[in-house]
Amino acid sequence: MKFIRNIFTFLSRRSSWAIPYTLFLGMFVALPLVLIVIFSFTTNQGEFSLINFEKFVTQPEAVNTFVYSIGIALVTTFLCILLGYPAAYILSNKNLNRSQTTVMLFILPMWINILVRTLATVALFDFVHLPLGEGALIFGMVYNFLPFMIYPIYNTLQKMDHSLIEAAEDLGAKPSIVFWKVVVPLSMPGVTSGIMMVFMPTISTFAIAELLTMNNIKLFGTTIQENINNGMWNYGAALSLIMLVIIGITSLFSDSEEQSQNEGGII
Amino acid sequence: MKKFFAQTYLWILLALLYAPIIIIGIFSFTEAKVLGNWTGFSTKLYTSLFSGRVGGGLLSAIENTFTIAIIAAAVSTVLGSIAAIGIHNMRGKKRQIITLFNNIPMLNPDIITGISLFLLFITMGISQGYMTVVLAHIAFCTPYVVLSVMPRLQQMNPNIYEAALDLGATPFQALRKVIIPEIRPGMISGFILAFTLSIDDFAVTIFTKGNEGLETLSTFIYADARKGGLTPELRPLSTIIFVTVLILLIIINVRARRAERKQNI
Amino acid sequence: MTGNDSIIKIEHLSKAFGDKVVLDDINLSIRRGEFITLLGPSGCGKTTLLRMIAGFLKPDSGVILMEGSDISNVPPHRRPLNTVFQRYALFPHLNVYDNIAFGLKLNKVQSSEIETRIRKALKMVSMTDYEDRDVNSLSGGQQQRVAIARAIVNRPKVLLLDEPLAALDLKMRKDMQMELKQMHQELGITFIYVTHDQEEALTLSDTVVVMSDGKIQQIGTPIDIYNEPVNSFVADFIGESNILNGTMIKDREVEFIGHTFECVDEGFGHNTPVDVVVRPEDIYIIANTENAKFTGVVKSCIFKGVHYEMFVETDNGYELMLQDYNAFEVGSTVGMFIKPSDIHVMQKERTCNIFEGKMISSTDVEILGGQFQCADCGLQEGDNIYATVNFECVELMDNKEDGTVIGEVEFILYKGNHYHLTVLTDSGEKVYVDTNDIWDKGDIVGISVNISDLHISKRV
Repeated sequence: MKFIRNIFTFLSRRSSWAIPYTLFLGMFVALPLVLIVIFSFTTNQGEFSLINFEKFVTQPEAVNTFVYSIGIALVTTFLCILLGYPAAYILSNKNLNRSQTTVMLFILPMWINILVRTLATVALFDFVHLPLGEGALIFGMVYNFLPFMIYPIYNTLQKMDHSLIEAAEDLGAKPSIVFWKVVVPLSMPGVTSGIMMVFMPTISTFAIAELLTMNNIKLFGTTIQENINNGMWNYGAALSLIMLVIIGITSLFSDSEEQSQNEGGII
Repeated sequence: MKKFFAQTYLWILLALLYAPIIIIGIFSFTEAKVLGNWTGFSTKLYTSLFSGRVGGGLLSAIENTFTIAIIAAAVSTVLGSIAAIGIHNMRGKKRQIITLFNNIPMLNPDIITGISLFLLFITMGISQGYMTVVLAHIAFCTPYVVLSVMPRLQQMNPNIYEAALDLGATPFQALRKVIIPEIRPGMISGFILAFTLSIDDFAVTIFTKGNEGLETLSTFIYADARKGGLTPELRPLSTIIFVTVLILLIIINVRARRAERKQNI
Repeated sequence: MTGNDSIIKIEHLSKAFGDKVVLDDINLSIRRGEFITLLGPSGCGKTTLLRMIAGFLKPDSGVILMEGSDISNVPPHRRPLNTVFQRYALFPHLNVYDNIAFGLKLNKVQSSEIETRIRKALKMVSMTDYEDRDVNSLSGGQQQRVAIARAIVNRPKVLLLDEPLAALDLKMRKDMQMELKQMHQELGITFIYVTHDQEEALTLSDTVVVMSDGKIQQIGTPIDIYNEPVNSFVADFIGESNILNGTMIKDREVEFIGHTFECVDEGFGHNTPVDVVVRPEDIYIIANTENAKFTGVVKSCIFKGVHYEMFVETDNGYELMLQDYNAFEVGSTVGMFIKPSDIHVMQKERTCNIFEGKMISSTDVEILGGQFQCADCGLQEGDNIYATVNFECVELMDNKEDGTVIGEVEFILYKGNHYHLTVLTDSGEKVYVDTNDIWDKGDIVGISVNISDLHISKRV
């Protein structure tokens, strides 16, 4: 009887309502990540081994794909900053743009199926008779991920205390000085967040590279997918872990709270 | 003058961003097999899409996509809302840890989420198919529901739960009659969000769908595109998806802005 | 008043949140039909006590009896009492009618009766015709009225009110006070009211319970509390007062501010140190200095509406606050006297600091979580001791690193010619300090004690 009452008081404490979800997170988020690590360090017989990592280091093709993917991701990220920063700046500046709808238009593509967007790029290249290949790949990547760069930068610029700019002007700074010495440093959290949100999916994409290059160029994500599909689970897991480490290193430069805010951005 | 250049820049960028989608939209109204050939206005692609004459399982892919999205969104909404109430009433370390784990699926790249769940299912010996896709979608949608219910709970006057108890409601009645009506807008936004995310997903689905021939729209498009063909019916379909997402997002935004305005009064 | 039997009895109630004791052995008996107010500064435990009576918190120990039966473990929804919350806590998704009907519907009251009872309740709070209004469109005062109606419509035996008027402006607050008092008379039920506003407590209550630091300081009628405060805390918290150190020479004779006064108190013994409280309006002030008991120079004079408030420095260097209908010129010498019945003598709660600690060497002692030097008095390492320090011997420093231990100024009492401070150390102990320096509440200070001022005695 007392036991039943204890259970009842326990359930009526509302903090215990998170228990089902905690179990769910343990099962479907924590455990799977642990499994990636376990698979990486074992053979397909289940014995501990570093063979998967040895295989990666000794295979020139895998390493080349890896380096090439990082290169593509860096170029994409750089181009996104170059194109996205001015756009975010204009959108957030009340003197240059007042329309919320324009902001919406820039954010919207974030929510459209990546395959549909990629197919659209392929269609565009077909339409203007341009060949698919490296150029199409970079264009497609920038086209896919540009909104993910614009949104976080726009967000930080938007929240920026406008009186800081006025203070700088008041202290005698020229507009160009105000921009480089006040606006840019203050928007850095948005830029790092944007770099994360562009670099991370670019390095981890698969499928879209095949579509944009007619299967001519392979990215690291595709290599992982192929291995998993061909039953090389342990090697695939090891490659995933390598990717996770790269992403983990990148994310050290960014504030995860800020980022999760930006991902949930549009709601 | 400055403003003119700024606006021009914005519109050129927007034109580039939307050009591919607009081209698909325009060419969904012509019959030509190859994109780029205009053979006169026609809604034949739309009618053939809906008449079921298209082969290759496009219709069943559409059906799967929507049923999976509805189930995943509904379960995520219930699970996430209950979890949000629980987390809201937690303090300190415990709360930080669960929030951290809640953020992982949102920060992880899709491919990692997909592969990790794939490894989970093969380790547990669960044969992959419809159920595993639904479970996987619940796993990456629920954090977003938690995220959209949480602010409603934070805005809520903490005394209203106690007021309900004080007036004679049992804890369950207080939940049903007071808390749920208060967080309902967050739950609805969370549901819509989960629904769009599920419909949109490709990477997680492809790793958890198994080999039994289950296809959703994304995986169907992928398989079709790899064959190099690009079924012409995909053009009206992409257009419809785009317009649907557009409408859903407008609804979410209008709701959010209305709530914000209400709060400011 | 409908009777003298008690409806709620609280016995030995204690509660701690973590290390912090918020209620310490509370005993209280509440009569049926009484308007009782729990009064005290924020953090004194009054809201915790109210929430415990409502059932939102469980006591760590002790019981709450309602009409003789223990309700400590009864969940809030089964207690026959209702609460009016500080921030109203109206259900935002329901209109005025449905808010008030909430409790009645849960209790399965017939809908025809619900309607008549709601009309009556709305009439009582002067909100007739507001049934269909959205609660979010109401003003603060109107929301509070609805919250009151929502509680009283259930005919609770006891109505709990948690600072219900705190969020209203002054004028509205005054109006609502009168209405609440009237409502209490009409309903005839027990009101338990929580506030930090002493004027509100005195205006409304039959009984005032003054609380501080989780303890009840004094229980009494408003007149008792005002005229006969039991200690310097109550005297300082209720109204304005001059609180001074004095000595009870013998029965009916007390010495303070350097003069001997006739008073009405007895039984303190001979030459006992006491606290003396004199209300500012009880010091009579005259221009003629010859017939006066003592004299002083007017330092400031401010018009306060009905009266003037003056600070006078007496012939022996004490500063007193006075209130009078006449103004006296700043700088002029005036005469003053006090009637024996207006001098309130109170037992001193303490005359010096006593800390428990232990020796860590023959010349070092650990008290207050720090290491202090002391004179060698033959005690050895590990001996348990009491350390005694006079109030004026504790040194406070601006730079907290300069002190042996760190503390926060928690409470300040002006005693005519010096300040009496209560400083809470990091170890959670209280150090009382007499000083002429001006500190503010919340200041973080270093505390040290001179080696010759620390007196050690063995503790068995």
